[in-house]
Amino acid sequence: MSALFDNIINHINQIGACALIVIGLYIVVMHTNMIKRIIGINIFGTGVFYFFVSIGYVRGGQIPIVNGDESGVMINPLPSVLILTGIVVVVSITVYAMSLVIKIYEGYGTMDQAEITRMKSGENND
Amino acid sequence: MKRFIPVLFFALFLALTYAVLQMPPAGTIDAPSYNHTTEHYLANALEETGATNVVAAILTDYRAWDTLGETIVLFTAIVAVISVLRKRPTAEVIRDE
Amino acid sequence: MNDIIVKTVARIIVPFIQMYGIFVILNGHISPGGGFAGGALIGVSLILYTLVFGVGAAEKKFSHRLGDLSESGGILIYLLIGSVGIVSGGYFLTNLEAGFLKGETGALLSGGMIPLLMVAIGIKVTSTIITLFHAMIEEDPS
Repeated sequence: MSALFDNIINHINQIGACALIVIGLYIVVMHTNMIKRIIGINIFGTGVFYFFVSIGYVRGGQIPIVNGDESGVMINPLPSVLILTGIVVVVSITVYAMSLVIKIYEGYGTMDQAEITRMKSGENND
Repeated sequence: MKRFIPVLFFALFLALTYAVLQMPPAGTIDAPSYNHTTEHYLANALEETGATNVVAAILTDYRAWDTLGETIVLFTAIVAVISVLRKRPTAEVIRDE
Repeated sequence: MNDIIVKTVARIIVPFIQMYGIFVILNGHISPGGGFAGGALIGVSLILYTLVFGVGAAEKKFSHRLGDLSESGGILIYLLIGSVGIVSGGYFLTNLEAGFLKGETGALLSGGMIPLLMVAIGIKVTSTIITLFHAMIEEDPS
């Protein structure tokens, strides 16, 4: 039982990232407002990035700034570098999705997905 | 049926936690992600590039091609947004010609 | 906004934010930071100016033409620095074998082509943030 507890404490960062992933997925599936769904995609992406960056941590390590006379172990710099590119991609996708929502609001007058489906099926049945 | 969906998501969270607990030990120096690439970067970054920040040296010297691809992604995002939000000329202007 | 406190504080604080952003860009190879964080800082300072003084006043500071020039200019500077490696006989985007100066450790002008690439990335990210904000917040004149 205490071995399970030690295991949970050692992996607490990854478990928190899994919680963020599940929260983001719940927001995208259960809500019908489009702006809330875009925020849910952002939370999902933040959870994935947090999972990836927390792999490079070394307990008792120092930050990776070398001076020529360093001693001791340093943390792994490679996951942080790969995530810097990923953050920029997520920002670009969020901006493009928001511009599409602006055009949909100008065309239909509402931001609710269920209402748009009702309006479109209503005008097809006439 | 609709009130069982939060229970379903909580079961998904427990399945993910069970998968995370099977991972190899994290946070020590003998984790499998601390391999010979990282040791080469940490040991030789100062004399091969001359920069003291290892993250900046990896981002702009060892892996500069990925940074070029990311700059192109930023440019493409601007082109896509402006092509959606452009103001079209109205119908009276076109009918006058 | 028509509040006198907000306008006065914004007018005082915007140059300091830009100075800090330029400091973070130029010291990208010595301390944590670099092109992306510094570019975001300078872009955010102009978003603060737009929110307080309106879109018309911000168009005079950063016009559409300047945004077009700096967006294309950022990528072209990156490609030109990379082509120096091809001209002098190595691969694309080589650092020290292509003739860039190494300098002494910890000085501001050290590290070969790393500060030049950080400046190019900073210009690109700044113009991206400002152009996207102005494209989304413009309203119809009707």
